[in-house]
Amino acid sequence: MHDFATLADAFASRELWQIIGLSLRVSLSASAIATLVGLPLGAALAIWRFRGRGAIVVAANALLGLPPVVVGLVLYLLLSHSGPLGSLGLLFTPEAMIVAQTVLALPIVTALAHRAAEERWSEYGDALMDLGASRARAVPALIAMARAAMLTAALAGFGRTVSEVGAIIIVGGNIAAYTRTMTTAIVLETSKGNLPLALGLGMVLIGLSTMICASAFVAVGRSGRSPGGT
Amino acid sequence: MRRSWFALLAALALFSTGSADAQPAQETITLASTTSVDNSGLLAAILPEFTKATGITVHVLALGTGQALDTARRGDADIVLVHDPEAEKKFIDDGNGLSPKQIAWNDFIIVGPGEDPAHVAGGHDATAALIAIAKAPATFVSRGDRSGTNALELRLWKAIGIDPKSGAGSWYKDIGGGMGAALNAAAAMPGYTLSDRGTWLSFKNKGPLKIVIEGDPALTNRYDVIELNPITHGTAKLAAAHRLAIWLATKPGQDAIGAFRVGGETLFNPSADNPK
Repeated sequence: MHDFATLADAFASRELWQIIGLSLRVSLSASAIATLVGLPLGAALAIWRFRGRGAIVVAANALLGLPPVVVGLVLYLLLSHSGPLGSLGLLFTPEAMIVAQTVLALPIVTALAHRAAEERWSEYGDALMDLGASRARAVPALIAMARAAMLTAALAGFGRTVSEVGAIIIVGGNIAAYTRTMTTAIVLETSKGNLPLALGLGMVLIGLSTMICASAFVAVGRSGRSPGGT
Repeated sequence: MRRSWFALLAALALFSTGSADAQPAQETITLASTTSVDNSGLLAAILPEFTKATGITVHVLALGTGQALDTARRGDADIVLVHDPEAEKKFIDDGNGLSPKQIAWNDFIIVGPGEDPAHVAGGHDATAALIAIAKAPATFVSRGDRSGTNALELRLWKAIGIDPKSGAGSWYKDIGGGMGAALNAAAAMPGYTLSDRGTWLSFKNKGPLKIVIEGDPALTNRYDVIELNPITHGTAKLAAAHRLAIWLATKPGQDAIGAFRVGGETLFNPSADNPK
C-alpha cells in the first residue's frame, strides 16, 4: 500500500476500498463455491451408502487441518508456467486465490454439513422415504431441516477463507491493485514496520467478517428455527 | 427461504467470474523484484509514469532476490529487478537472462541497538564490526532467505573466516524472513542486522535501532534490471519488458528514480550512465 500514516488516511483513498473489495470477492466466492458443493455433498454422504463413502467422510474430516501454505505451494507449482497447468495463465491472479481458498474451505463445509445431515437422516430418513421422497429429493430436504447447522458450516467455510493469508500470498503474489487483499496488506504493512496501520487493517477485517457472519446468522434465524429443536 | 439462500450463494459464485475482468484491455507485464525497491515505495512512485507513457501496466512481485530470480526462471515473470551480482551471474550463465543493466545504487548499513553492546557504532568497516559482534557475542539477526542482502551478509562472514552458524541458537538469529521482518526482530530483541538503506529509511518501527556502520565501500548496493533470454523464455512478454528496461535505464526512468524521496532523503541514486 501507499505510505499511509494512519488508518484514516487509508480510508480516504481508493486503494483501501479496492483491497476490501478484492478480499470480499475472493473469500465470498471461494466460500460460496465450497458451500454450493459442500452442503449437497455432505448431505449426500449421509443419505447414500456406497463403497468409498467412509473414506470420503474421513478425508473431509482429516483435511480440516489442511495447511494453507502447503495448498498455496502445491497450487503454485501446478499453475506455474513450467508446471502442468501453466498454460491457463492463472498464477498471480484473483482466480488462483479463489481456487486456493475453495480447496481450503471445501473439507470444512463438507465435514460439518455431513455431521448435521447424518443426525437428521437417522432421525427422519425413514419418515422422508415413507412419504415417497427419492434419495435425491431428500438432499435439499435435509439441508433445509438442518438449516442452522448448515449455516454454521457455510460460515465456518467463510471464516477459513476471509482470514487466510498463507495460500493466497503464494498464488496471488500480493500485487498492488490486483491481488492485494486485507490479509496480505496486513503482512506487507507489518513488514514495513507500520504496525499501527497493520493493526488498523486487522480491526477493519475483523469488523467486516463479524458483520457478514452476524447478518447471515440473523437472516437464517429469522426464517424459523430448524425443526427438531436445535 | 432455502431456495433464496442458494440463489444468493449462486450469485456470489458468479460474482467471482463476472466482475473478475474489470481490468482495462491493455498489456500487463510481471516484474519480479526485491522487497527493498517495492516496500520503500520506489516502484509505486515511478511505475505509474511508465504506464502513462506506454500503456503497459506492471504487476510487481516483491520477493527476495533469490526468489525473484527463481520465479523468473520458472517463467512466472517477464523481467527482474534485483541486487545480488553473484546470483545474477548464475541466472545469466544458466541461460535465463541477458546481461544485467545497473539502474540505481545506494548502500547497505548495519543497524543495531542504541546501547551498542558490541561497541561498533560510528565505524566504517563492516567486517571489523561483524568480528566485534561475533566476539562479544551480541545478538545478530540474519535474513536467512537467499535475498541479496542475505547473500552479502554471508559473503562478509566468509571474508572474515567466521561461520555464523556456530552461533545459531544463541547470538546468531536466522529468522528466514524479509528485510522488514528482520528489522522488526532486531528492534524487538534487540540486535544488530544488515539492512539496505532504502528499507531502513522508510521503515516505521525502528524502536531502539540506530545506524552503527555506514560508508564501507563493501556495502555498495547495486540494482540491476535483467531482461529474460528469448531462447529460454520465448513465451514471456519480452517486447513490453524491453520497453520497461529501456525506460528504467534512460532519462525518464532515471529522473523518476532520482526524484523519489522519503522524508527529504534520496533513497536510490540513478546510475545507468555511470554504474558504480
